[in-house]
Amino acid sequence: MGLTAVLKKKTNFFTIDVELSCADGQTLALIGPSGSGKTTIIRMLAGLVKPDEGYIRYRDAILFDSARGIHLSPQKRKLGYVFQDYTLFPHLTIYGNAAFAAEDRGEVDSLLCFFGLTALRERKPHEVSGGERQRCAVCQALARNPQFLLLDEPFSALDVVTRRILRNELKMITEKRTFPVVYVTHDVTEALFIGNTVLPIVDGTVDREWMDRIVAPSDEGAVRKRAARVPKLALTY
Amino acid sequence: MVINKMELLPLYLSAKLAIIATLILIAIAAPLAYFLTHSYWPGKSFVEALFNLPIALPPTVIGFYLLFLMGPKGLVGKAWENLFGGPLLFTFSGIVIASIFYSLPFAVQPIKASFEKIDPRLKENAYVLGLSPIATFFRVIIPNSINGVAAAAILVFLHTMGAFGVVLMVGGSIAGETRVASIAIYEAVESMQYEKAWALSLAFIPISYAFLLLVNRLTRKK
Repeated sequence: MGLTAVLKKKTNFFTIDVELSCADGQTLALIGPSGSGKTTIIRMLAGLVKPDEGYIRYRDAILFDSARGIHLSPQKRKLGYVFQDYTLFPHLTIYGNAAFAAEDRGEVDSLLCFFGLTALRERKPHEVSGGERQRCAVCQALARNPQFLLLDEPFSALDVVTRRILRNELKMITEKRTFPVVYVTHDVTEALFIGNTVLPIVDGTVDREWMDRIVAPSDEGAVRKRAARVPKLALTY
Repeated sequence: MVINKMELLPLYLSAKLAIIATLILIAIAAPLAYFLTHSYWPGKSFVEALFNLPIALPPTVIGFYLLFLMGPKGLVGKAWENLFGGPLLFTFSGIVIASIFYSLPFAVQPIKASFEKIDPRLKENAYVLGLSPIATFFRVIIPNSINGVAAAAILVFLHTMGAFGVVLMVGGSIAGETRVASIAIYEAVESMQYEKAWALSLAFIPISYAFLLLVNRLTRKK
């Protein structure tokens, strides 16, 4: 049950070909070097990019099925999506943003309270810090009461200390939920901390040995093969 | 200097023409600009260049084509006669429609520029949050580009206030109907009524200056 997907999509550099599933209440961490197709995968799950082939199912609902010609728009997928940064609506306050698509206004207040944003509710996004903006983006996504939650490197633009605090808060709040969470990151520790399952993606396909190669400093040859694409990984946090 | 009511009539006509044309233009140009910003189809650049032709063509050439298009045998003129039972040429409605054709790219271009400044992820975020493209337009795109749209409205207003060639071609110079200020000034000079030309011309200076200051303020970076 939960979210299952088989996705194929030709991009300019490689073909994405993955199979993934994430049970209700679980968090799937997609990890891999920059430009490995993680963001495209999550955008396909959201309906912002159409896969060439495959299917996406959530419980009994078919969100996408190339064989049957089904492609639900992002509006109809009822999901929460947190982008990397700067996707709060600049003309609205923190409260206005969090409540933008809220089903229950009372829930908005309790979410803002949980993330410590109650005092900032009348401020505009440019008047708060990057960490507070991302907290608000998480509130906005959760207040919608989504069927599943997608996070695309939500904290990677933040400093390490703020990032650590935010992923703790995120873990606390998602553990109470019963929906699947797909979390994209290029940070190994973050993936291990957040995810119940970690799925390494390299050049559009699942590469289960990638993690071992990346954390084994002696195995230089394997790392150097893809050295151009491997970012520096913050293993201390 | 004697200013009577008759002499102010062209100014009033110009203002009325500019206000009506601007309101209609913004209502047409904003959705059109949104569509052009966010859609991709073959031949788009050709259609866009066609819309933009009035920027490049001499106003008298546009006026000449509009004269035929809006005449009793033209596409627009015929449709108008069927709908309202009267001719379109040499009427106030006629110069409003001509001004809309003439000024459309001057409205679309700046509005499009301000839409393009909006991060495309805002639109995607709105979609993901369940907003339809139309709701996104009103709840996200317009509120975040309202200054750009207002600046475009002012520029179009001034552009229509100053229209000469197109209005003269399509409307002629009928007092109280199509003799707008720019035509009245020309005719005053032609008939050596310099006092009248002075008075009408002077009226443009404060209006244009104040509006340009306002545009500057609206488009200033925050």
